[in-house]
Amino acid sequence: MQGMVSRRQAMLGLGSLAGLAAVSRQAVAQRSWEPNRPVQFVVPAGTGGGADQMARVIQGIVSKHSLMRQPIVVVNKAGGAGAEGFLEAKGARGNPHLLIITLSNLFTTPMATGVPFNWRDLTPIKMMALDEFVLWVNAQSPWQTVAEFVAAAKAGRLRMGGTGSRQEDQIITAALTRATGAQFTYVPFRGGGEVAVQLVGRHVDATVNNPIEAVTHWRSGALRPLCVFDGQRLSGMDRMTETMAWRDIPTCREAGLDVEYLMLRGIFGAPGITAPQIAFYVDLLNRVRETPEWRELMQQGAFNTTTLTGDEFRGWLEREETRHRALMQEAGFLAGQG
Amino acid sequence: MEEVGLLMQGFAVALQPDNLLLMMVGVILGVLIGVLPGLGGANGIAILLPLTFAMSPVSAVIMLSCIYWGALFGGAITSILFNIPGEPWSVATTFDGYPMAQQGRAGEALTAAFTSSFVGAIVAVIMITFVAPVVAGFALQFGPPEFFAVMFLSFAAFVGMGRGKPMKTLAVMLLGFLLAAVGMDAMTGQLRMTFGQTEMIRGFDFLVAVIGLFGISEILSSIEDGLRFKGQKARIDLKVVLRTWAELPRYWLIAARSSLIGVWMGITPAGATPASFMSYGVARRLSKHGKDFGKGRIEGVVAPETAAHAAGTSALLPMLTLGVPGSPTAAVLLGGLIMWGLQPGPMLFVEQKEFVWGLIASMYLGNIAGLIIVLVAVPWFAAILRVPFSIIASLILVVCAIGAYTVNNAEFDIVLMLIFGVIGYVLKKLDYPLAPLVLALVLGDRTEEAFRQSLLLSDGNLAIFFHGWLSGSIMALGLAMLAWPLIGAIWPRRKAAAAA
Repeated sequence: MQGMVSRRQAMLGLGSLAGLAAVSRQAVAQRSWEPNRPVQFVVPAGTGGGADQMARVIQGIVSKHSLMRQPIVVVNKAGGAGAEGFLEAKGARGNPHLLIITLSNLFTTPMATGVPFNWRDLTPIKMMALDEFVLWVNAQSPWQTVAEFVAAAKAGRLRMGGTGSRQEDQIITAALTRATGAQFTYVPFRGGGEVAVQLVGRHVDATVNNPIEAVTHWRSGALRPLCVFDGQRLSGMDRMTETMAWRDIPTCREAGLDVEYLMLRGIFGAPGITAPQIAFYVDLLNRVRETPEWRELMQQGAFNTTTLTGDEFRGWLEREETRHRALMQEAGFLAGQG
Repeated sequence: MEEVGLLMQGFAVALQPDNLLLMMVGVILGVLIGVLPGLGGANGIAILLPLTFAMSPVSAVIMLSCIYWGALFGGAITSILFNIPGEPWSVATTFDGYPMAQQGRAGEALTAAFTSSFVGAIVAVIMITFVAPVVAGFALQFGPPEFFAVMFLSFAAFVGMGRGKPMKTLAVMLLGFLLAAVGMDAMTGQLRMTFGQTEMIRGFDFLVAVIGLFGISEILSSIEDGLRFKGQKARIDLKVVLRTWAELPRYWLIAARSSLIGVWMGITPAGATPASFMSYGVARRLSKHGKDFGKGRIEGVVAPETAAHAAGTSALLPMLTLGVPGSPTAAVLLGGLIMWGLQPGPMLFVEQKEFVWGLIASMYLGNIAGLIIVLVAVPWFAAILRVPFSIIASLILVVCAIGAYTVNNAEFDIVLMLIFGVIGYVLKKLDYPLAPLVLALVLGDRTEEAFRQSLLLSDGNLAIFFHGWLSGSIMALGLAMLAWPLIGAIWPRRKAAAAA
């Protein structure tokens, strides 16, 4: 078993290495700029979370496939729901040796806390993927469909568990309230894994965990997915349980619940970095996305693999910022709203 | 016994030469990481995680978990020698370990610490081997009210036992809660008591405070005492190990009790730090020599170390079976599992038998390797105390500063550490106990969170803590512990009268 695993990895590794070596020799010759000292990769979240994992996977891929001459150093700056990390990046104007990975706290943290920071203070480099959210209930609960769940939520206040306060999970909960009129008691926990286990133990009634946080409990038969908060269904075709694959989960809109939410997994640089510097990182991240390790991560987490750069990315950020502001204002989550 | 067969297969995996080599490398690295205050197991593993990308998952997890064992062992070293806890869970070890070192019994204290760590770990691993599925189900019973009840019990086991006046204990404990509240409020997502300062957003990290309160203030005191370490005449030979071993079986009951506390706290998952405090508190309560604790009792080293290591080990169980990390280090390992293409959670035991049992087998082997390595090194560690104070003090200062910086990669934390050093020195001079402050600072956050989560669930009704049988009985136990000093105040007097 172990022999098989390592052989498979070795083969994948060799194949991609050979391919990449050819590509990178070409690319190195064309580069007009490249880092001349180690690149600091700021994670505005704690160790072990989704953003941290992704940053460390990127670090691992870059060093394993020698995609860059200088090493990447991952640094966690989690203070104040990531405000610490964002402020550090904002203060590093013109420093091309700093990258920052962002999640939805790029929008929510400054809005909820009033910390003087905005995504325009950074240089958008690339959207790597979007993280999905799924509405989960305990498998022993009577709710088989979204309609039944909504009816129950309207009949009596249900308890919704989520990660953090005034962040993505609570925003989705607020959006659910807006769409259905049902009130929820939102209980914040530290991390997604903890939230999923609270649902398995029936200490809360529902969660909006990311696929990767809850998949193992789904497969063990403890949780039931009701719908996914995306415009289209998830792409995974492999059977995860005896009857269902990711693809079989309806979108919330199909199920009559008009709520859509995806979380940004994007890479930004310090403000004021030059076009060749941006180009270098876009190219680097493109090659990261082509590795088998990256594809495996995307598949495991059932990520939405949309990727954007440049003006398209900026446009997306602007739309999302407006949407977050509206959602948070409505829910009373903006700083100073109490 | 299906487990035995699987475990044997696990040993076959773990005993492959390359895995054995990784195990030794991991343990040695871990001990170094544990010795450096600030650079905890979580940081150390996070830094090395990308290196494991090219390894097979089982080799990777063996190396990283051995770093974890090494760090658990190593944390005790600086606590005992310099009163500087290398890791949060070794704070309680300083209470008696450092006085022992000052009395020239550093070798004894180190041996006791390492041996009891080993015992705690082995108890936890045996538990993981045979009752994992049952125990995993138990962890599911823990919602916010149960979690708060456990925290309450930790505090209850600990308060009222300081040597200082009760009001002084209360005052420093409240100061600890106050400091713990600075920064992001996890319940509302608002910043609290940061006064608009960017540097305050982070809050006061427990480790930075502890390095200052214990380490720096100790150096200040030593300077006042005439620039020397007490206990520098420590005898250093390997016989001290054997002598201490001859003495240790006497404390089997404390070790057994502490292992249970540790295993339980690791699974719930409250973690190693509260386990070590709770176990120390309970040992002191139940000991005939309770009032000598804090002056260099060997039980005061055995109890927290056994519990911390038992908790640290069993914290891996909820990670493997439920995907919930029982400690910060387990959280990083969890990220590692996903990186290696494994899914932590209930299906891991079913689908990745080789990985799981290889890991469990490596827990046995890694701890044995760890024990041998650290025990052989005991004389060298103890010999550090013979280095002239003027040299070692400046080295400690530098190491402390690096440690404080590493926690959050923040220069401001070095300044904070120095401030805490002065605060610690002043508090000591005024005879305020430091332990309650540290306890409140390290557990304050989680306790408040669990309390407020519970009240959210119950719409503000305090009765929720007594609704479930589990939370109810833990709370009752905690209340009994709180009332104990009142009973204890009468009890010894009666006994003394009877003896006279």
